[in-house]
Amino acid sequence: MKLTRRNMIAISSGAAVVASFGAMPAFASLADDAIAEITGGAEMGEGALTITAPEIAENGNTVPISFDAPGAVMVALFADGNPTPKVASFKFGKLSPSHSASTRIRLAGTQNVVAVAQMEDGSFQKTQANIKVTIGGCGG
Amino acid sequence: MAKGVKPRVKVPKTASAGETITIKTLISHKMESGQRKDSDGNAIPRSIINRFTADFNGENVIDVTLEPAISTNPYFQFDSVVPESGDFKFTWYDDDGSVYEETKSIKVG
Repeated sequence: MKLTRRNMIAISSGAAVVASFGAMPAFASLADDAIAEITGGAEMGEGALTITAPEIAENGNTVPISFDAPGAVMVALFADGNPTPKVASFKFGKLSPSHSASTRIRLAGTQNVVAVAQMEDGSFQKTQANIKVTIGGCGG
Repeated sequence: MAKGVKPRVKVPKTASAGETITIKTLISHKMESGQRKDSDGNAIPRSIINRFTADFNGENVIDVTLEPAISTNPYFQFDSVVPESGDFKFTWYDDDGSVYEETKSIKVG
């Protein structure tokens, strides 16, 4: 094939497409990695787990979060927009009747808070809540 | 040991056998995340409470792993069943190795 100008453009745009696809995995979020660390990439169901959080938090330094996970042995919270996405993990003993808890967390900005619960049978449940943060809470 | 650490716990004094009670705990602690910088631009090292446990007569109720994203003065509210009279023991583990403890008795009447 003779290297005309038209061919040259076709080749270079093709190369650009390949390059952009190659870069895609770099955009996979830290939160997804942290979640996969716990679940081992297992399928996650929905339904049994609920998060209660404000829709708008004025101060990202203390955002009240509570969750309710009947039948869960472990619940982990993640904030997908924080520099370190892990927030906390709760393990429940025999004396815990409701498998619910509330706490206060820091959020760097508007983002999703994700809860992943490990159920008694070893399966995983997931739910998330979007929280709008007016003032971020990670210093700076 | 971090300065001015004071645990505060709210547990009802009495309950009936098998009743579910709500427990509120709060501990005063700076929870320095390690993300902040001082006025010279140096990172302030992380200093947080990394674990909190609550037990009743040696039986675990809740065991929490804390990350820097937990707010200053970590607060937890959770439920527990009270099968008999006894003591709730709350333990906080600091990054610097300190352990803070608090005990509350409850009577089943």
